[in-house]
Amino acid sequence: MISSTSETILSIKDLHASVEDQEILHGVNLLVKEGEIHAIMGRNGSGKSTLSKVIAGHPSYKVLSGSIQFKGTNILELEPEERARIGIFLGFQYPVEIPGVSNLEFLRVATNSRRKELLASELDTFEFEDLVKERLKIVEMDPAFLERSVNEGFSGGEKKRNEILQMALLEPVISILDETDSGLDIDALRIVASGINTLSKPNTATILITHYQRLLNEITPDFVHIMANGKIIKTGSKELAIDLERSGYDFINKDAKDKEMAT
Amino acid sequence: MTKTNTVEEIVSQPYKYGFITEIETEKIPKGLNEDVIRLISAKKNEPDFLLKFRLRAYKQWLKMEEPDWSGLTYSKVNYQDLVYYAAPKKDIKKQSLDEVDPKLLETFEKLGIPLSEQKRLSNVAVDAVFDSVSIATTYKEKLAEHGVIFCSISEAISEYPNLVEKYMGTVVPINDNFFAALNSAVFSDGSFVYIPKGVECPMELSSYFRINSGDTGQFERTLIIAEESSSVSYLEGCTAPMFDTNTLHAAVVELVALDDASIKYSTVQNWYAGNEEGIGGIFNFVTKRGECRGLRSKISWSQVETGSAITWKYPSCVLQGDNSIGEFYSIALTNNFQEADTGTKMIHIGKNTKSKIVSKGISAGKSKNSYRGLVSISPNAEGARNYSQCDSMLIGDKARANTYPYIQSKQPQSNIEHEASTCRISEDQLFYLQSRGIDFEESVSMLISGFCSDVFNELPMEFASEADKLLALKLEGSVG
Repeated sequence: MISSTSETILSIKDLHASVEDQEILHGVNLLVKEGEIHAIMGRNGSGKSTLSKVIAGHPSYKVLSGSIQFKGTNILELEPEERARIGIFLGFQYPVEIPGVSNLEFLRVATNSRRKELLASELDTFEFEDLVKERLKIVEMDPAFLERSVNEGFSGGEKKRNEILQMALLEPVISILDETDSGLDIDALRIVASGINTLSKPNTATILITHYQRLLNEITPDFVHIMANGKIIKTGSKELAIDLERSGYDFINKDAKDKEMAT
Repeated sequence: MTKTNTVEEIVSQPYKYGFITEIETEKIPKGLNEDVIRLISAKKNEPDFLLKFRLRAYKQWLKMEEPDWSGLTYSKVNYQDLVYYAAPKKDIKKQSLDEVDPKLLETFEKLGIPLSEQKRLSNVAVDAVFDSVSIATTYKEKLAEHGVIFCSISEAISEYPNLVEKYMGTVVPINDNFFAALNSAVFSDGSFVYIPKGVECPMELSSYFRINSGDTGQFERTLIIAEESSSVSYLEGCTAPMFDTNTLHAAVVELVALDDASIKYSTVQNWYAGNEEGIGGIFNFVTKRGECRGLRSKISWSQVETGSAITWKYPSCVLQGDNSIGEFYSIALTNNFQEADTGTKMIHIGKNTKSKIVSKGISAGKSKNSYRGLVSISPNAEGARNYSQCDSMLIGDKARANTYPYIQSKQPQSNIEHEASTCRISEDQLFYLQSRGIDFEESVSMLISGFCSDVFNELPMEFASEADKLLALKLEGSVG
C-alpha cells in the first residue's frame, strides 16, 4: 500500500505554536504520505488538538516558527477556507451548533466550494440532494438530519456522524479527525470507523487523534505517534498503541526520556 | 496568518439606492402653519372633513412636545425648515402608466420595482409613492374584480370618502403622539386597502416609498381595512437618496381587522442610514398600529429594518376581539452611528387573546439597537397569553444592544413568557464554516441569516429572499 515513491501530502517541520500567548507546540515534526493512516495519541493537554487546529488555520492559534507544507506548498499564509478547499479536512472534537442554518444548505455550500477548487461543476439543490442521500449511507444517517439546523440538538454520536458525512462530501486529501471516537457507543464507533475506512483511498491520508486504542481496533494505523508537552516524543507501529494501553503514558514518557538521554 | 477581513468591515457596505432622480418638482415654501395645511388640502381637492381633521391635528400638535424618553440622540428637527409638500410637476392624476413620467418609471425600475405592464412583478400589486405622491398602482383592475380596493390614500379620499372618514384616525388618534399628530396634520400620500367581506385578497399588495427631495419631510399615511372573514398580505419597501442633511419621515399606518379577518403587514425598511461618520440619513419616526376589532381576528407585523439614521417605531396590536391574535416579528440591523429603538405593544383587551413577539437585533459599528416592548393585559382579558423572545447579536466591541420589555398584567388568569439573549458572532462558529471551505464573508452572512431565520420564515415568499438579499447586501464586503 505504501511505497517509497508515495507522494508526501503533509510535512510539518519544527512547528512552534501558541494560543493566548502561551506556547503549546514546542517543535512538532510529522511527515504524512499518500495512503497512510497516522494515529496521534497523548494525554489531555499534550497538544494534539492544538496541532489539528493549527493545521486547519484556526485564527486563535499563532504559529511562532517552523513550517507546514501541503503537497509541497506552504499553507501558513492561507485562510482556513482556502486550506479546506485544497483538501485539508478537520473533523471536530466538539462540532459547534449553528442555529437557523439548514444542515442541507450548509453541506451544499461547503461541497460546492470544494468542487469549485477541483474544477467540478456546481451542484444545484436537486443534484446535491441525490449526492448527499448516497453519502448518507456511509454513516447510516437518517435524511431527517438534513432538514435540521447544523448540529443543533444532535446527540454526540450524531454530531460525529455529521462530521464524517462532511468528509464524505468534501472528499479531502487529508483528514485530521480530532477525537472522533470520544463519546461514541460501540455501535456508533463501528459506523464512524467503517465510514472512515470506506473513505480512505490510496491517494488520501488520515490522521486520527485519539485517547484510546479502541478506535485503532477498527482502523489500523500505519504509524502511531505519542505526543507529550507539545512534541511528538515517540513514533512506532500499531503495537505502540497496544503497549500504551497496557502500560500507560508514564511508561512511554520514561522510555522516551531514557532514549533522549542516551542519544 | 493574517486576517484581512473583520466582521465589522463586512457589515459596512455602500448604500446602493442613494441616487437622485432629476425631475422637476413642485414644492410649496418651507414652514408649517395653518395656511400651509389649507394649501395642502386644497392642492389635493380634499373634502371638508379632512381639512378639519388636519386642522384639529395641527392644533393638538402645537401643544405637544417631541418625545425624548427613547434616549435616541439626534439633533432636533427644525419643523419650520421643512417642505411639507413636494410632487413631480407633471400631472399627478393619471389614468394609465403611459402618462407617468418615464423618469419616474425608470427610477422605480432601478430600485427593482418595475411598474410597466410587461415587467411588473407577477402576483404582487404595487403602489409606488414618490416623495409626497403616489405615481402608479398596478393590477388595480384585476383587484377590483374581487372587490378589493387598492389605491393611493389621496384617491381613496376622493373616491371613497365614507370609508376614509369612518376609519381614519380611529386606530391612531390624532393626538396619539407628537409625530402622529404632525402626520395627521400634513400627511401627503400613502396607500389605502379595503378588502370586502369574505374575500381572500388574490395577490400580495405592496407599497414602495421613495424619498427623492432632500429638504422635504415625508408623511405618508396608510389605512388597511379587512372586513369580516377577509384576508390580505401587504408589503412595504422604502429607500432614499444620500444627502448629508437629515430627512424626516413620519408615517402613520392604521390597520383594522374585523371578525375572522387577518392582515399580514411586512416592511423592508432601507432608508438611507447616513455615512460612516453618522452624517445624514433619514429620521424615521413611525406610528403603526393595528386593531383586532373582531372576534378571532389576526394582525401580524413583520419588519426588516436596516436603514435610517434614527428609527423610532413600535408596530402594535390592540387585541380587542375575543380570541384575536397579534404577532410581531422583527429584524433590526444597525451599523456605524445608526440608532434604532423599535419593538411593539401588545394590548390584550379581549378574552383568550394571544400575542407573540420575536425580535432579532443586530448591532455593528458604534450603533445602538434597542428593543422596547409592552405587553399589557387588561382585567377583562381572561386567558390571555403572550410569548416574547428578544435576541441581540453584537458585532465588534463598540456596538450596543438594549432590551426594555415592559409587562403590565391586571389579569391573574393570563400567561406571559419572556426570553431574551445576547450573543456575539462566535469565532468557533465562523471557524467551523470556514474550515468547510466557505469564505469568511459568506460565513458571517450565513450566521446572521441563521440568527434571523425565525423571522425570515414569517415573511411572505416573494419578500423573504428579497430581505435575505438585503441583509446579505448590507453584509457584503466593501468590494463592489
